[in-house]
Amino acid sequence: MSTSLTINGRAIVVDAPDDTPLLWVLRDEIGLTGTKFGCGVAACGACTAHIDGEAVRSCQIGLADVWGAVTTIEGLGTPEVPHPLQAAWNRHQVAQCGYCQSGQIMQAAALLAEFPTPTDDQIDAVMSGNLCRCGTYGRIRAAIHDAAGAMQEG
Amino acid sequence: MSKAGKIARRTFLIGSAAIVGGVAFGVWKVRQPVPNPLNPESGAALNAFLVIDQDGITVISGRAEMGQGAQTTLAALVAEELDVDWAQVQVAHGPASAAYYNGAMLEGAFPSADYELPNWQRSLAGSLGQVGKLMNLQITGGSTSMRDGYDKMRRAGASAREALKIAAAQRLNTTPDTLRTEGGAVIARDGTRLPYADLAEAAARIEAPQVEPRPRADWRLLGTELPRPDMLAKVTGTAGYGVDTRLPGMKFASVRMSPRLGGTMLRHDPAAALAMAGVERVLDLGDGIAVVARNTWAAMRGAEAVTVEWGPAPYPDSTDAIFARIAAAFDDSPNSTMRDDGDVEAALTLGTVVEADYRLPYLAHATMEPMNATALFTGDALEIWSPSQTPLVQRKAAAEAAGLSVEAVTVHTPLLGGGFGRRLESDYSALAARVARQMPGVPVQVTWSREEDMTHDFYRPGVIARMTGRVQDGRAVVLDAQVAGQGLMSQAGARMLGLPAMGPDRALVEGLFDQPYAIENYRVRGYAADLAIPVGFWRSVGSSHNGFVHESFIDEMAHAAGRDPMDFRLDLARPESAAAAGVLEAVRAMSGWDTPKPGGTGRGVAMVWSFGTPVAEVVEVRDEGGRIRIARGWIACDPGIALDPGILRAQMEGGMLFGLSAAIHGRISFAGGEVQERNFPDFDALRMSGAPLLETRILQNNPHLGGAGEPGTPPAAAALANALFDLTGRRARELPLERQFDFVL
Repeated sequence: MSTSLTINGRAIVVDAPDDTPLLWVLRDEIGLTGTKFGCGVAACGACTAHIDGEAVRSCQIGLADVWGAVTTIEGLGTPEVPHPLQAAWNRHQVAQCGYCQSGQIMQAAALLAEFPTPTDDQIDAVMSGNLCRCGTYGRIRAAIHDAAGAMQEG
Repeated sequence: MSKAGKIARRTFLIGSAAIVGGVAFGVWKVRQPVPNPLNPESGAALNAFLVIDQDGITVISGRAEMGQGAQTTLAALVAEELDVDWAQVQVAHGPASAAYYNGAMLEGAFPSADYELPNWQRSLAGSLGQVGKLMNLQITGGSTSMRDGYDKMRRAGASAREALKIAAAQRLNTTPDTLRTEGGAVIARDGTRLPYADLAEAAARIEAPQVEPRPRADWRLLGTELPRPDMLAKVTGTAGYGVDTRLPGMKFASVRMSPRLGGTMLRHDPAAALAMAGVERVLDLGDGIAVVARNTWAAMRGAEAVTVEWGPAPYPDSTDAIFARIAAAFDDSPNSTMRDDGDVEAALTLGTVVEADYRLPYLAHATMEPMNATALFTGDALEIWSPSQTPLVQRKAAAEAAGLSVEAVTVHTPLLGGGFGRRLESDYSALAARVARQMPGVPVQVTWSREEDMTHDFYRPGVIARMTGRVQDGRAVVLDAQVAGQGLMSQAGARMLGLPAMGPDRALVEGLFDQPYAIENYRVRGYAADLAIPVGFWRSVGSSHNGFVHESFIDEMAHAAGRDPMDFRLDLARPESAAAAGVLEAVRAMSGWDTPKPGGTGRGVAMVWSFGTPVAEVVEVRDEGGRIRIARGWIACDPGIALDPGILRAQMEGGMLFGLSAAIHGRISFAGGEVQERNFPDFDALRMSGAPLLETRILQNNPHLGGAGEPGTPPAAAALANALFDLTGRRARELPLERQFDFVL
């Protein structure tokens, strides 16, 4: 059956079973591969995307349960016009393998929406669901502070 | 299609195909030139490492990018000589080709400690490295990318620059010595500027001049922190990992193989899976099944739904029974005695005895990107997109699986979402080829569930170590180390390269026999346990377990001798290696080791020399209301030359966190012959909230270029365990630590 979604500002009709997780709708049904599969059990955060601005683990949200507009890493910014967080990630050269970083950045965007100038404790509390096996946490934290500053200055 | 794909597919071949930097040694067959594998659709391949076209400069990397930054620095080595703006430089992974053999891999094959390897032996290793051409050694591993590429890539850049100048001289009717190069162009004295792109085709027809690389004093790019060419794509979701491969008409599949590793499938019933929405086919693979579906999720769910009865495991059923077999290996004669200095037996009567046994578990790699590969079988050929550290090994495995010759297989290497040694193996490519073979003309992506990935790894071997030492007058007078575990080199050598089991298993004892400590009576023996559990190369390999054993025991000896652990180590290191002593001195200063600690604080140090680089680490732990926070970490390393300090720091800190994660959480256990840890909740890693704040200092006193990707890992577990002892008085002799200590994570 078909379901209508708004993804990165575009209206999209998806013809897939209702219980298909949003992650796999994005990756395999419509080809938005920036959102990553890591664990399938909401334990790593690699699949983090936004629904109406809220960070969700897209591997846990069935297609029929998507309650609002979806934003993925591709919708946050582009190589040509990066979001301030993506620009900060680039300045701090955060990524190593980079596989978890889509999820990290989407989680960080939700963090800054809630705490525009977060403390280290707030960053830790919000970001610790996102696993990075390369160990980029120090640079992630620095990039978040940097992006927060840049966004405050507007 | 990827840039590399376009480069490999070009129909006509340009110019001479000499591999720059291939210094000739050894037998004739080794000296045979390897043809340049690059045939660009447009532009010109100046050698196997460089393509210039109207889009710019593309450095072709023979090494995979799995996060370690090797492709960036390999490109910088070329760019340094080529006189191009860094922003113009792109990087692409080259095709599977012996042209990209890794000559540095064999340096690690010597039964000698790296720190004391004499120059003549290094040269010999370099010449033996040519044998890599014959042995399918296009390998990204062993922290060798810079050691292999340092000379090769600079010579590739220098040679191309001179060829471009010759081509320009011909066009301008002058001589090359009147020309200079800058910003991707040849510039004449009158200011005439000829861009490389306009000269490349002519330059590729010129026999490549052999030119010495520039002296270090003239470097502009090397030694600085360069922005990684892969960064912007990785932070905008546009980077292409293996699992992101998308081909027209592609199907999605997932596999389920015996949870008793290497075991058989007795029978299976696909009915439940075939009844599921989205499931299209269930393929019988003989020793497992694959489910083909409209998307990966349906394929994974379908694979779970197939009813399967599996045969028994070809190894003992439980962790305890497996470790009993490992312990029994001590009763055999040693597989190796790679260090035997002085008279250990006689010295075992001196001073005060120190004895300890250590036990470390099997470990999974748990790369963030689960195992996967995408394949298209067309009857007489196979094309495969495989995120691997070993393209030639993938080609061979895929060819065998598809019933084709290796020449009929084309390998693409997309980005790797983590490697850590797991992607040296080729099981995921073989499985993708087996699935594709049953679906001629249909591209198929085979992605493993996290559970399949974690329970079908080639694990870091579990080991038991028996350590005996004596201390007298505040000094170590004897150290007698014995370690037992599976022989990784013989198992992996047979599997990956078809090599017969070879003598002493270096991986079992590295990190123990090769440490830069002056102990007069010093013996290291390895005992190989005969077990069929699949084991593999896990970031820093044998040093990952032996670093913990050796540096925990050195700490025990220091305490038994009544000495400060830092002073005790420095006394041992100074006579052997100034570089090793240097990294200890550096972390001593950085961590404020000699200043009084606040109450409720513990500090521990460890130093391990691995993959050519000595690394010392200090960990500081803090009591927080009865729980333990891993608060700070300090790292000092000495890789000889800091080619890119930013990438080096990232590797050292990432390596240390990788080691700490394993020390705290890592444990693969067996019951009923099946791995019990199935997903991150069972096999976690450090999260941001539990990770210490890190600080790194890079020294450059080591006379030889060392590795970066692995040496940060081995000291981590011991530095933490030594800090825990300092804080609590409890000595951890088994890992993981979360079973013994209550951490704030």
